[in-house]
Amino acid sequence: MLACGFSVLALVGLIVYELITKSSLSWHAFGWKFFFRSEWDPVNDQYGALPFVYGTIVSSILALIIAVPLAVGVAVFITEMSPRWLRGALAFTTELLAAIPSVIYGLWAIFVLVPLLRQYVQPWLAKYLGWTGMFEGPPYGIGMLAAGIILAIMVVPIISSITREVMTAVPQQQREAVLALGATRWEMIRTGVLRNARAGIMGGVILGLGRALGETMAVTMVIGNRPEIAKSLFAPGYTMASVIANEFSEATGDLYLSALVEVGLALFLVTIIVNVIAQLLVWTVTRGTPARSHA
Amino acid sequence: MPKEKDLMAGFAAAPISLWRRAMNSLVTLAAVGAVVLVLLPLGAVFGYLIYKGIGSINWAFLTQIPKPPGEAGGGMANAIAGSVYILLIASSMGVPLGIGAGIYLSEYGRGTRFGNLIRFTADVLNGVPSIIVGIVAYGLVVLSQGHFSALAGGVALAIMMVPTITRTTEEMLLLVPQAVREAAYGLGVSRWRTALSITLRTATSGVITGVMLAFARVAGETAPLLFTAFGNQYWNWKLEQPTAALSLQIFTYAISPFDEWHRQAWAGALILIVLIVSSVGAVRLVASRGMLKGAN
Repeated sequence: MLACGFSVLALVGLIVYELITKSSLSWHAFGWKFFFRSEWDPVNDQYGALPFVYGTIVSSILALIIAVPLAVGVAVFITEMSPRWLRGALAFTTELLAAIPSVIYGLWAIFVLVPLLRQYVQPWLAKYLGWTGMFEGPPYGIGMLAAGIILAIMVVPIISSITREVMTAVPQQQREAVLALGATRWEMIRTGVLRNARAGIMGGVILGLGRALGETMAVTMVIGNRPEIAKSLFAPGYTMASVIANEFSEATGDLYLSALVEVGLALFLVTIIVNVIAQLLVWTVTRGTPARSHA
Repeated sequence: MPKEKDLMAGFAAAPISLWRRAMNSLVTLAAVGAVVLVLLPLGAVFGYLIYKGIGSINWAFLTQIPKPPGEAGGGMANAIAGSVYILLIASSMGVPLGIGAGIYLSEYGRGTRFGNLIRFTADVLNGVPSIIVGIVAYGLVVLSQGHFSALAGGVALAIMMVPTITRTTEEMLLLVPQAVREAAYGLGVSRWRTALSITLRTATSGVITGVMLAFARVAGETAPLLFTAFGNQYWNWKLEQPTAALSLQIFTYAISPFDEWHRQAWAGALILIVLIVSSVGAVRLVASRGMLKGAN
Protein backbone atom coordinates (compact mmCIF):
# COMPACT_ATOMS: atom_id res chain seq x y z
CA MET A 1 0.00 0.00 0.00
CA LEU A 2 2.83 2.31 0.91
CA ALA A 3 4.42 1.37 -2.39
CA CYS A 4 1.26 2.42 -4.23
CA GLY A 5 1.30 5.69 -2.31
CA PHE A 6 4.89 6.20 -3.30
CA SER A 7 4.06 5.43 -6.91
CA VAL A 8 1.80 8.48 -7.12
CA LEU A 9 4.73 10.56 -5.95
CA ALA A 10 7.02 8.71 -8.32
CA LEU A 11 4.74 9.39 -11.30
CA VAL A 12 4.96 13.13 -10.82
CA GLY A 13 8.70 12.83 -10.25
CA LEU A 14 8.95 10.81 -13.45
CA ILE A 15 7.06 13.43 -15.43
CA VAL A 16 9.37 16.18 -14.19
CA TYR A 17 12.47 14.07 -14.83
CA GLU A 18 11.43 13.07 -18.34
CA LEU A 19 10.53 16.63 -19.31
CA ILE A 20 13.73 18.13 -17.92
CA THR A 21 16.17 15.59 -19.36
CA LYS A 22 14.50 15.46 -22.78
CA SER A 23 14.41 19.23 -23.12
CA SER A 24 17.96 19.96 -21.96
CA LEU A 25 19.31 20.09 -25.53
CA SER A 26 16.99 22.92 -26.48
CA TRP A 27 17.55 24.62 -23.13
CA HIS A 28 21.30 24.69 -23.72
CA ALA A 29 20.89 25.93 -27.26
CA PHE A 30 18.49 28.80 -26.59
CA GLY A 31 18.22 29.43 -22.83
CA TRP A 32 15.58 31.90 -21.71
CA LYS A 33 15.50 33.44 -25.16
CA PHE A 34 13.52 30.38 -26.27
CA PHE A 35 10.37 31.97 -24.90
CA PHE A 36 10.95 35.38 -26.51
CA ARG A 37 11.87 34.34 -30.03
CA SER A 38 9.11 34.13 -32.55
CA GLU A 39 10.68 32.08 -35.32
CA TRP A 40 9.79 28.41 -35.50
CA ASP A 41 11.83 26.97 -38.32
CA PRO A 42 12.48 23.22 -38.21
CA VAL A 43 14.34 23.35 -41.52
CA ASN A 44 17.08 25.58 -40.15
CA ASP A 45 16.78 24.25 -36.58
CA GLN A 46 15.74 27.61 -35.15
CA TYR A 47 13.13 27.45 -32.43
CA GLY A 48 11.27 30.09 -30.45
CA ALA A 49 8.11 29.52 -28.50
CA LEU A 50 6.68 33.03 -28.41
CA PRO A 51 3.85 32.46 -30.94
CA PHE A 52 2.67 29.41 -28.97
CA VAL A 53 2.85 31.18 -25.63
CA TYR A 54 0.91 34.05 -27.16
CA GLY A 55 -1.69 31.77 -28.72
CA THR A 56 -2.17 29.82 -25.50
CA ILE A 57 -2.61 32.95 -23.40
CA VAL A 58 -4.92 34.76 -25.82
CA SER A 59 -7.17 31.76 -26.48
CA SER A 60 -7.44 30.99 -22.75
CA ILE A 61 -8.17 34.60 -21.77
CA LEU A 62 -10.76 34.83 -24.53
CA ALA A 63 -12.33 31.64 -23.23
CA LEU A 64 -12.49 33.01 -19.69
CA ILE A 65 -14.00 36.31 -20.84
CA ILE A 66 -16.83 34.36 -22.45
CA ALA A 67 -17.14 31.57 -19.89
CA VAL A 68 -16.93 33.33 -16.51
CA PRO A 69 -20.14 35.41 -16.71
CA LEU A 70 -22.03 32.43 -18.12
CA ALA A 71 -20.70 29.99 -15.53
CA VAL A 72 -21.38 32.32 -12.60
CA GLY A 73 -24.83 33.04 -14.03
CA VAL A 74 -25.62 29.34 -14.23
CA ALA A 75 -24.33 28.75 -10.70
CA VAL A 76 -26.37 31.67 -9.34
CA PHE A 77 -29.47 30.38 -11.08
CA ILE A 78 -29.03 26.82 -9.84
CA THR A 79 -28.24 27.66 -6.21
CA GLU A 80 -30.39 30.76 -5.63
CA MET A 81 -33.23 30.97 -8.13
CA SER A 82 -34.06 27.61 -9.60
CA PRO A 83 -37.15 25.74 -8.41
CA ARG A 84 -36.13 22.66 -6.49
CA TRP A 85 -37.25 20.12 -9.10
CA LEU A 86 -35.11 21.72 -11.78
CA ARG A 87 -31.97 21.97 -9.67
CA GLY A 88 -30.70 18.39 -9.91
CA ALA A 89 -31.45 18.10 -13.60
CA LEU A 90 -29.62 21.33 -14.42
CA ALA A 91 -26.60 20.38 -12.35
CA PHE A 92 -26.45 17.02 -14.08
CA THR A 93 -26.78 18.51 -17.55
CA THR A 94 -24.01 21.05 -17.04
CA GLU A 95 -21.79 18.27 -15.74
CA LEU A 96 -22.59 16.24 -18.82
CA LEU A 97 -20.86 19.01 -20.79
CA ALA A 98 -17.67 18.09 -18.93
CA ALA A 99 -17.98 14.42 -19.90
CA ILE A 100 -17.89 15.06 -23.65
CA PRO A 101 -14.40 14.26 -24.96
CA SER A 102 -12.31 17.04 -26.40
CA VAL A 103 -12.10 15.40 -29.82
CA ILE A 104 -15.90 15.40 -30.13
CA TYR A 105 -16.02 19.11 -29.30
CA GLY A 106 -13.42 19.56 -32.03
CA LEU A 107 -15.46 17.57 -34.53
CA TRP A 108 -18.56 19.59 -33.74
CA ALA A 109 -16.61 22.85 -33.93
CA ILE A 110 -15.19 22.05 -37.37
CA PHE A 111 -18.53 21.21 -38.94
CA VAL A 112 -20.99 23.36 -37.01
CA LEU A 113 -19.35 26.20 -35.10
CA VAL A 114 -16.80 27.26 -37.73
CA PRO A 115 -19.27 27.58 -40.63
CA LEU A 116 -21.58 29.50 -38.30
CA LEU A 117 -18.80 31.91 -37.40
CA ARG A 118 -17.70 32.31 -41.00
CA GLN A 119 -21.14 33.05 -42.36
CA TYR A 120 -22.83 35.06 -39.66
CA VAL A 121 -20.80 36.01 -36.64
CA GLN A 122 -17.53 37.17 -38.15
CA PRO A 123 -19.00 39.42 -40.89
CA TRP A 124 -21.19 41.01 -38.21
CA LEU A 125 -18.26 41.54 -35.83
CA ALA A 126 -16.12 42.94 -38.63
CA LYS A 127 -18.82 45.41 -39.60
CA TYR A 128 -19.52 46.79 -36.15
CA LEU A 129 -16.32 46.17 -34.20
CA GLY A 130 -13.80 46.07 -37.02
CA TRP A 131 -12.44 49.49 -35.99
CA THR A 132 -10.91 47.98 -32.85
CA GLY A 133 -8.48 46.00 -34.99
CA MET A 134 -9.37 42.82 -33.14
CA PHE A 135 -11.96 41.75 -35.66
CA GLU A 136 -10.52 42.35 -39.08
CA GLY A 137 -9.23 40.35 -41.99
CA PRO A 138 -10.86 37.61 -44.02
CA PRO A 139 -13.45 35.60 -42.05
CA TYR A 140 -12.04 32.08 -42.35
CA GLY A 141 -14.08 30.78 -39.44
CA ILE A 142 -11.07 28.85 -38.26
CA GLY A 143 -8.81 30.86 -35.97
CA MET A 144 -8.31 32.30 -32.51
CA LEU A 145 -11.98 33.26 -32.08
CA ALA A 146 -13.23 29.74 -32.80
CA ALA A 147 -10.64 28.31 -30.38
CA GLY A 148 -11.69 30.75 -27.66
CA ILE A 149 -15.37 29.90 -28.06
CA ILE A 150 -14.91 26.13 -28.02
CA LEU A 151 -12.62 26.46 -24.98
CA ALA A 152 -15.28 28.57 -23.26
CA ILE A 153 -17.87 25.85 -23.80
CA MET A 154 -15.44 23.34 -22.31
CA VAL A 155 -14.51 25.30 -19.16
CA VAL A 156 -18.02 26.48 -18.22
CA PRO A 157 -18.89 23.24 -16.37
CA ILE A 158 -15.70 23.37 -14.28
CA ILE A 159 -16.13 26.99 -13.23
CA SER A 160 -19.85 26.64 -12.58
CA SER A 161 -19.55 23.46 -10.51
CA ILE A 162 -16.86 25.01 -8.27
CA THR A 163 -18.86 28.23 -8.02
CA ARG A 164 -21.91 26.22 -7.03
CA GLU A 165 -19.89 24.38 -4.40
CA VAL A 166 -18.57 27.54 -2.75
CA MET A 167 -21.92 29.31 -2.95
CA THR A 168 -23.59 26.41 -1.17
CA ALA A 169 -20.89 26.66 1.51
CA VAL A 170 -22.04 30.21 2.40
CA PRO A 171 -24.21 29.88 5.54
CA GLN A 172 -27.95 30.23 5.08
CA GLN A 173 -28.15 32.81 7.91
CA GLN A 174 -26.06 35.14 5.79
CA ARG A 175 -28.82 35.18 3.17
CA GLU A 176 -31.60 35.51 5.72
CA ALA A 177 -29.83 38.39 7.43
CA VAL A 178 -29.46 40.37 4.22
CA LEU A 179 -33.05 39.68 3.17
CA ALA A 180 -34.25 40.79 6.60
CA LEU A 181 -32.61 44.14 6.00
CA GLY A 182 -34.93 44.64 3.06
CA ALA A 183 -32.66 43.66 0.22
CA THR A 184 -34.01 42.41 -3.07
CA ARG A 185 -32.95 38.95 -4.14
CA TRP A 186 -30.18 40.28 -6.35
CA GLU A 187 -28.84 42.51 -3.58
CA MET A 188 -28.88 39.49 -1.28
CA ILE A 189 -26.94 37.42 -3.81
CA ARG A 190 -24.45 40.20 -4.43
CA THR A 191 -23.70 41.29 -0.89
CA GLY A 192 -24.58 38.13 1.04
CA VAL A 193 -23.39 35.32 -1.19
CA LEU A 194 -21.07 36.39 -3.99
CA ARG A 195 -19.00 38.65 -1.76
CA ASN A 196 -18.40 35.84 0.72
CA ALA A 197 -17.73 33.26 -1.93
CA ARG A 198 -15.50 35.39 -4.09
CA ALA A 199 -12.19 33.76 -3.18
CA GLY A 200 -13.65 30.37 -4.03
CA ILE A 201 -15.15 31.63 -7.28
CA MET A 202 -11.75 33.05 -8.18
CA GLY A 203 -10.38 29.57 -7.47
CA GLY A 204 -12.89 28.04 -9.85
CA VAL A 205 -11.99 30.57 -12.54
CA ILE A 206 -8.30 29.80 -12.17
CA LEU A 207 -9.02 26.07 -12.28
CA GLY A 208 -10.87 26.71 -15.53
CA LEU A 209 -7.84 28.63 -16.76
CA GLY A 210 -5.65 25.63 -15.98
CA ARG A 211 -7.90 23.42 -18.03
CA ALA A 212 -8.01 25.89 -20.93
CA LEU A 213 -4.23 26.27 -21.02
CA GLY A 214 -3.64 22.53 -21.40
CA GLU A 215 -6.59 21.71 -23.64
CA THR A 216 -5.32 20.13 -26.83
CA MET A 217 -7.55 18.39 -29.33
CA ALA A 218 -10.50 20.73 -29.79
CA VAL A 219 -8.16 23.72 -30.05
CA THR A 220 -5.83 21.98 -32.49
CA MET A 221 -8.77 21.22 -34.75
CA VAL A 222 -10.01 24.81 -35.06
CA ILE A 223 -7.23 27.28 -34.30
CA GLY A 224 -5.59 27.08 -37.72
CA ASN A 225 -2.15 25.95 -36.52
CA ARG A 226 0.01 28.74 -37.86
CA PRO A 227 2.86 30.06 -35.67
CA GLU A 228 2.05 33.73 -36.10
CA ILE A 229 1.26 36.56 -33.76
CA ALA A 230 -1.66 38.52 -35.13
CA LYS A 231 -3.72 41.21 -33.47
CA SER A 232 -6.94 40.12 -35.11
CA LEU A 233 -8.89 37.31 -33.47
CA PHE A 234 -9.95 36.15 -36.93
CA ALA A 235 -6.38 35.17 -37.77
CA PRO A 236 -5.14 31.62 -37.30
CA GLY A 237 -2.84 30.98 -34.35
CA TYR A 238 -1.15 28.12 -32.55
CA THR A 239 -0.98 27.00 -28.93
CA MET A 240 1.66 25.21 -26.89
CA ALA A 241 -0.43 22.07 -26.55
CA SER A 242 -1.40 21.94 -30.21
CA VAL A 243 2.13 22.38 -31.55
CA ILE A 244 3.13 19.33 -29.51
CA ALA A 245 0.10 17.40 -30.76
CA ASN A 246 0.79 18.23 -34.40
CA GLU A 247 4.54 18.02 -34.66
CA PHE A 248 5.77 15.65 -31.98
CA SER A 249 5.42 12.40 -33.89
CA GLU A 250 6.98 13.93 -36.97
CA ALA A 251 9.84 15.76 -35.27
CA THR A 252 12.95 14.42 -36.95
CA GLY A 253 15.93 16.22 -35.43
CA ASP A 254 17.02 15.85 -31.82
CA LEU A 255 16.90 19.60 -31.29
CA TYR A 256 13.42 19.78 -32.83
CA LEU A 257 12.09 17.12 -30.45
CA SER A 258 13.87 18.72 -27.53
CA ALA A 259 12.33 22.11 -28.33
CA LEU A 260 8.86 20.53 -28.36
CA VAL A 261 9.50 18.89 -24.99
CA GLU A 262 10.63 22.24 -23.63
CA VAL A 263 7.32 23.75 -24.74
CA GLY A 264 5.71 20.87 -22.84
CA LEU A 265 7.81 21.53 -19.74
CA ALA A 266 6.77 25.18 -19.72
CA LEU A 267 3.12 24.21 -20.15
CA PHE A 268 3.45 21.66 -17.33
CA LEU A 269 4.96 24.15 -14.89
CA VAL A 270 2.39 26.84 -15.67
CA THR A 271 -0.59 24.48 -15.25
CA ILE A 272 0.84 23.13 -11.98
CA ILE A 273 1.23 26.63 -10.54
CA VAL A 274 -2.23 27.65 -11.73
CA ASN A 275 -3.81 24.52 -10.25
CA VAL A 276 -2.11 24.88 -6.89
CA ILE A 277 -3.27 28.50 -6.57
CA ALA A 278 -6.79 27.43 -7.50
CA GLN A 279 -6.86 24.61 -4.93
CA LEU A 280 -5.71 26.93 -2.17
CA LEU A 281 -8.38 29.50 -3.04
CA VAL A 282 -11.18 26.93 -3.10
CA TRP A 283 -10.00 25.54 0.24
CA THR A 284 -10.18 28.91 1.95
CA VAL A 285 -13.93 28.94 1.29
CA THR A 286 -15.01 25.33 1.61
CA ARG A 287 -12.75 24.31 4.51
CA GLY A 288 -14.47 26.35 7.18
CA THR A 289 -12.23 29.39 7.12
CA PRO A 290 -14.56 32.02 5.70
CA ALA A 291 -13.08 34.45 3.24
CA ARG A 292 -12.61 37.81 4.87
CA SER A 293 -15.07 40.34 3.57
CA HIS A 294 -13.67 43.82 3.31
CA ALA A 295 -17.04 45.48 3.74
CA MET B 1 -42.17 56.09 22.81
CA PRO B 2 -44.22 57.37 19.90
CA LYS B 3 -41.29 58.95 18.18
CA GLU B 4 -39.42 55.68 17.67
CA LYS B 5 -42.60 53.95 16.58
CA ASP B 6 -43.03 56.55 13.82
CA LEU B 7 -39.50 56.00 12.75
CA MET B 8 -40.02 52.25 12.45
CA ALA B 9 -43.27 52.71 10.57
CA GLY B 10 -41.57 54.97 8.12
CA PHE B 11 -38.79 52.46 7.63
CA ALA B 12 -41.06 49.52 7.03
CA ALA B 13 -43.16 51.44 4.56
CA ALA B 14 -40.21 52.62 2.44
CA PRO B 15 -40.97 51.13 -0.95
CA ILE B 16 -38.30 49.28 -2.85
CA SER B 17 -37.37 51.74 -5.52
CA LEU B 18 -38.13 51.08 -9.16
CA TRP B 19 -34.44 50.99 -9.94
CA ARG B 20 -33.74 48.24 -7.43
CA ARG B 21 -36.67 46.16 -8.60
CA ALA B 22 -35.68 46.58 -12.23
CA MET B 23 -32.11 45.57 -11.39
CA ASN B 24 -33.41 42.46 -9.63
CA SER B 25 -35.51 41.39 -12.61
CA LEU B 26 -32.69 42.17 -14.99
CA VAL B 27 -30.25 39.92 -13.12
CA THR B 28 -32.81 37.12 -12.91
CA LEU B 29 -33.29 37.41 -16.64
CA ALA B 30 -29.52 37.38 -17.20
CA ALA B 31 -29.12 34.23 -15.10
CA VAL B 32 -31.84 32.45 -17.06
CA GLY B 33 -30.18 33.66 -20.23
CA ALA B 34 -26.86 32.20 -19.09
CA VAL B 35 -28.48 28.82 -18.45
CA VAL B 36 -30.02 28.85 -21.92
CA LEU B 37 -26.73 29.86 -23.55
CA VAL B 38 -24.88 27.05 -21.77
CA LEU B 39 -27.48 24.41 -22.57
CA LEU B 40 -27.58 25.48 -26.23
CA PRO B 41 -24.19 24.02 -27.24
CA LEU B 42 -24.91 20.88 -25.21
CA GLY B 43 -28.12 20.35 -27.11
CA ALA B 44 -26.40 21.23 -30.37
CA VAL B 45 -23.54 18.77 -29.80
CA PHE B 46 -25.84 15.88 -28.92
CA GLY B 47 -28.33 16.81 -31.60
CA TYR B 48 -25.71 16.85 -34.34
CA LEU B 49 -24.09 13.65 -33.07
CA ILE B 50 -27.35 11.79 -33.34
CA TYR B 51 -28.48 13.51 -36.55
CA LYS B 52 -25.20 12.98 -38.40
CA GLY B 53 -24.04 9.82 -36.71
CA ILE B 54 -27.01 7.54 -36.70
CA GLY B 55 -27.31 7.36 -40.48
CA SER B 56 -23.72 6.20 -40.84
CA ILE B 57 -23.79 3.45 -38.28
CA ASN B 58 -24.43 0.18 -40.01
CA TRP B 59 -23.20 -3.37 -39.93
CA ALA B 60 -20.19 -2.63 -42.12
CA PHE B 61 -19.15 0.27 -39.91
CA LEU B 62 -19.11 -1.98 -36.88
CA THR B 63 -17.41 -4.99 -38.46
CA GLN B 64 -15.02 -3.74 -41.14
CA ILE B 65 -11.67 -1.99 -41.05
CA PRO B 66 -11.12 1.33 -42.88
CA LYS B 67 -11.02 1.43 -46.66
CA PRO B 68 -8.38 3.55 -48.43
CA PRO B 69 -9.35 7.23 -48.82
CA GLY B 70 -11.81 7.89 -51.59
CA GLU B 71 -13.39 4.45 -51.48
CA ALA B 72 -16.82 4.22 -49.97
CA GLY B 73 -17.65 1.83 -47.17
CA GLY B 74 -15.38 0.39 -44.55
CA GLY B 75 -15.71 0.87 -40.85
CA MET B 76 -14.07 1.39 -37.52
CA ALA B 77 -14.19 -2.12 -36.09
CA ASN B 78 -10.45 -2.16 -35.46
CA ALA B 79 -10.58 1.26 -33.79
CA ILE B 80 -13.42 0.26 -31.48
CA ALA B 81 -11.59 -2.91 -30.53
CA GLY B 82 -8.33 -0.98 -30.23
CA SER B 83 -9.88 1.50 -27.82
CA VAL B 84 -11.17 -1.33 -25.65
CA TYR B 85 -7.78 -3.04 -25.84
CA ILE B 86 -5.84 0.07 -24.81
CA LEU B 87 -8.34 0.75 -22.01
CA LEU B 88 -7.88 -2.80 -20.71
CA ILE B 89 -4.10 -2.38 -20.71
CA ALA B 90 -4.48 0.96 -18.94
CA SER B 91 -6.88 -0.47 -16.36
CA SER B 92 -4.66 -3.45 -15.59
CA MET B 93 -1.98 -1.00 -14.46
CA GLY B 94 -3.93 2.04 -13.31
CA VAL B 95 -6.69 0.38 -11.28
CA PRO B 96 -4.56 -1.63 -8.79
CA LEU B 97 -2.16 1.27 -8.39
CA GLY B 98 -4.93 3.80 -7.83
CA ILE B 99 -6.86 1.60 -5.40
CA GLY B 100 -3.66 0.78 -3.51
CA ALA B 101 -2.78 4.45 -3.17
CA GLY B 102 -6.35 5.18 -2.08
CA ILE B 103 -6.17 2.50 0.62
CA TYR B 104 -2.86 3.92 1.78
CA LEU B 105 -4.34 7.41 2.06
CA SER B 106 -7.40 6.39 4.05
CA GLU B 107 -6.07 3.48 6.16
CA TYR B 108 -2.43 4.36 6.81
CA GLY B 109 -1.70 7.93 5.84
CA ARG B 110 -4.66 9.66 7.43
CA GLY B 111 -3.49 12.93 8.95
CA THR B 112 0.19 12.16 8.45
CA ARG B 113 2.41 14.57 6.63
CA PHE B 114 3.37 11.96 4.04
CA GLY B 115 -0.31 11.17 3.45
CA ASN B 116 -1.05 14.82 2.84
CA LEU B 117 1.86 15.05 0.45
CA ILE B 118 0.53 12.13 -1.58
CA ARG B 119 -2.99 13.52 -1.59
CA PHE B 120 -1.65 16.84 -2.83
CA THR B 121 0.48 15.11 -5.47
CA ALA B 122 -2.53 13.15 -6.71
CA ASP B 123 -4.41 16.44 -7.14
CA VAL B 124 -1.45 17.90 -9.00
CA LEU B 125 -1.30 14.85 -11.26
CA ASN B 126 -4.99 15.30 -11.96
CA GLY B 127 -4.32 18.76 -13.36
CA VAL B 128 -1.47 17.78 -15.67
CA PRO B 129 -2.53 18.35 -19.30
CA SER B 130 -3.06 15.05 -21.09
CA ILE B 131 -0.66 15.93 -23.89
CA ILE B 132 2.18 16.12 -21.31
CA VAL B 133 1.33 12.62 -20.13
CA GLY B 134 1.68 11.60 -23.76
CA ILE B 135 5.21 13.02 -23.91
CA VAL B 136 6.17 11.10 -20.79
CA ALA B 137 4.76 7.80 -22.06
CA TYR B 138 6.60 8.43 -25.32
CA GLY B 139 9.86 8.89 -23.45
CA LEU B 140 9.28 5.87 -21.22
CA VAL B 141 7.94 3.28 -23.64
CA VAL B 142 8.19 4.38 -27.26
CA LEU B 143 11.82 5.48 -27.07
CA SER B 144 12.96 2.36 -25.23
CA GLN B 145 11.00 0.02 -27.53
CA GLY B 146 11.88 1.89 -30.66
CA HIS B 147 8.35 2.17 -32.04
CA PHE B 148 4.80 3.30 -31.24
CA SER B 149 2.75 0.68 -29.43
CA ALA B 150 -0.50 -0.26 -27.72
CA LEU B 151 1.48 -0.62 -24.50
CA ALA B 152 2.64 3.01 -24.68
CA GLY B 153 -0.95 4.15 -25.14
CA GLY B 154 -2.01 2.03 -22.18
CA VAL B 155 0.73 3.48 -19.98
CA ALA B 156 -0.32 7.03 -20.87
CA LEU B 157 -3.97 6.38 -20.02
CA ALA B 158 -3.00 4.48 -16.85
CA ILE B 159 -1.11 7.53 -15.59
CA MET B 160 -4.26 9.57 -16.16
CA MET B 161 -6.49 7.08 -14.34
CA VAL B 162 -4.43 6.86 -11.15
CA PRO B 163 -5.27 10.20 -9.49
CA THR B 164 -9.03 9.90 -10.09
CA ILE B 165 -9.16 6.37 -8.72
CA THR B 166 -6.91 7.22 -5.77
CA ARG B 167 -9.03 10.12 -4.61
CA THR B 168 -12.43 8.41 -5.01
CA THR B 169 -11.18 5.21 -3.34
CA GLU B 170 -9.93 7.27 -0.42
CA GLU B 171 -13.25 9.11 -0.12
CA MET B 172 -15.25 5.90 -0.28
CA LEU B 173 -13.09 4.13 2.31
CA LEU B 174 -13.43 7.08 4.67
CA LEU B 175 -17.20 6.54 4.61
CA VAL B 176 -16.77 3.07 6.11
CA PRO B 177 -17.47 3.42 9.86
CA GLN B 178 -14.48 3.09 12.15
CA ALA B 179 -16.36 0.49 14.20
CA VAL B 180 -16.17 -1.99 11.33
CA ARG B 181 -12.37 -1.81 11.38
CA GLU B 182 -12.28 -2.07 15.15
CA ALA B 183 -14.42 -5.19 15.04
CA ALA B 184 -11.92 -6.80 12.69
CA TYR B 185 -8.95 -5.75 14.83
CA GLY B 186 -10.78 -7.13 17.85
CA LEU B 187 -10.92 -10.53 16.18
CA GLY B 188 -7.18 -10.40 15.72
CA VAL B 189 -7.20 -9.64 12.00
CA SER B 190 -4.09 -7.84 10.87
CA ARG B 191 -4.20 -4.32 9.57
CA TRP B 192 -3.55 -5.00 5.87
CA ARG B 193 -5.98 -7.92 5.92
CA THR B 194 -8.65 -5.67 7.43
CA ALA B 195 -7.99 -3.02 4.81
CA LEU B 196 -8.36 -5.51 1.94
CA SER B 197 -11.03 -7.94 3.10
CA ILE B 198 -13.14 -5.76 5.36
CA THR B 199 -12.87 -2.06 4.55
CA LEU B 200 -12.36 -2.35 0.80
CA ARG B 201 -15.11 -4.96 0.50
CA THR B 202 -17.57 -2.78 2.37
CA ALA B 203 -16.85 0.08 0.00
CA THR B 204 -16.76 -2.02 -3.18
CA SER B 205 -19.57 -0.32 -5.05
CA GLY B 206 -18.11 3.10 -4.26
CA VAL B 207 -14.67 2.08 -5.45
CA ILE B 208 -16.16 0.71 -8.66
CA THR B 209 -17.84 4.08 -9.14
CA GLY B 210 -14.43 5.72 -9.00
CA VAL B 211 -13.00 3.26 -11.50
CA MET B 212 -15.89 3.86 -13.88
CA LEU B 213 -15.44 7.63 -13.61
CA ALA B 214 -11.75 7.28 -14.41
CA PHE B 215 -12.65 4.97 -17.27
CA ALA B 216 -15.13 7.47 -18.71
CA ARG B 217 -12.59 10.22 -18.32
CA VAL B 218 -9.84 8.52 -20.31
CA ALA B 219 -12.03 6.67 -22.83
CA GLY B 220 -12.28 9.72 -25.06
CA GLU B 221 -8.72 10.95 -24.57
CA THR B 222 -6.94 11.58 -27.81
CA ALA B 223 -3.94 13.78 -27.11
CA PRO B 224 -1.94 11.23 -25.08
CA LEU B 225 -2.47 8.57 -27.77
CA LEU B 226 -1.24 10.65 -30.72
CA PHE B 227 2.37 9.62 -30.30
CA THR B 228 1.99 6.53 -28.16
CA ALA B 229 -0.66 4.22 -29.66
CA PHE B 230 -0.33 6.25 -32.88
CA GLY B 231 -3.24 4.65 -34.75
CA ASN B 232 -3.41 1.89 -37.29
CA GLN B 233 -5.56 1.19 -40.37
CA TYR B 234 -5.52 -2.54 -39.70
CA TRP B 235 -6.19 -4.99 -36.89
CA ASN B 236 -3.57 -5.31 -34.21
CA TRP B 237 -3.52 -7.34 -31.02
CA LYS B 238 0.20 -7.13 -30.31
CA LEU B 239 1.32 -5.14 -27.31
CA GLU B 240 4.34 -3.73 -29.09
CA GLN B 241 2.63 -2.64 -32.32
CA PRO B 242 0.81 0.63 -33.14
CA THR B 243 -2.90 0.32 -32.48
CA ALA B 244 -5.99 2.12 -33.69
CA ALA B 245 -8.24 3.90 -31.21
CA LEU B 246 -11.71 5.32 -31.69
CA SER B 247 -10.74 8.81 -30.57
CA LEU B 248 -7.66 8.89 -32.83
CA GLN B 249 -9.72 7.69 -35.77
CA ILE B 250 -12.31 10.42 -35.17
CA PHE B 251 -9.53 13.01 -35.13
CA THR B 252 -7.88 11.74 -38.33
CA TYR B 253 -11.18 11.51 -40.15
CA ALA B 254 -12.47 14.89 -38.94
CA ILE B 255 -9.47 16.82 -40.30
CA SER B 256 -9.38 14.84 -43.56
CA PRO B 257 -10.81 16.30 -46.77
CA PHE B 258 -13.11 13.35 -47.57
CA ASP B 259 -16.87 13.48 -47.09
CA GLU B 260 -17.09 9.76 -46.54
CA TRP B 261 -14.58 10.01 -43.70
CA HIS B 262 -16.43 12.94 -42.17
CA ARG B 263 -19.58 10.81 -42.04
CA GLN B 264 -17.67 8.04 -40.34
CA ALA B 265 -16.14 10.48 -37.87
CA TRP B 266 -19.65 11.45 -36.75
CA ALA B 267 -20.64 7.81 -36.44
CA GLY B 268 -17.53 7.03 -34.40
CA ALA B 269 -18.17 10.04 -32.18
CA LEU B 270 -21.73 8.87 -31.54
CA ILE B 271 -20.50 5.44 -30.47
CA LEU B 272 -17.85 7.00 -28.23
CA ILE B 273 -20.29 9.34 -26.53
CA VAL B 274 -22.81 6.54 -25.97
CA LEU B 275 -20.05 4.51 -24.28
CA ILE B 276 -19.07 7.41 -22.05
CA VAL B 277 -22.51 8.70 -21.16
CA SER B 278 -23.77 5.21 -20.35
CA SER B 279 -20.88 4.63 -17.94
CA VAL B 280 -21.40 8.04 -16.31
CA GLY B 281 -25.14 7.28 -16.17
CA ALA B 282 -24.49 3.92 -14.54
CA VAL B 283 -22.34 5.69 -11.95
CA ARG B 284 -25.15 8.17 -11.26
CA LEU B 285 -27.58 5.33 -10.83
CA VAL B 286 -25.35 3.51 -8.36
CA ALA B 287 -24.56 6.75 -6.56
CA SER B 288 -28.21 7.72 -6.19
CA ARG B 289 -28.96 4.35 -4.55
CA GLY B 290 -27.46 5.84 -1.41
CA MET B 291 -24.22 5.16 0.45
CA LEU B 292 -22.08 7.02 -2.04
CA LYS B 293 -22.70 10.64 -1.36
CA GLY B 294 -19.23 11.84 -2.29
CA ALA B 295 -19.08 10.00 -5.58
CA ASN B 296 -19.31 13.06 -7.76
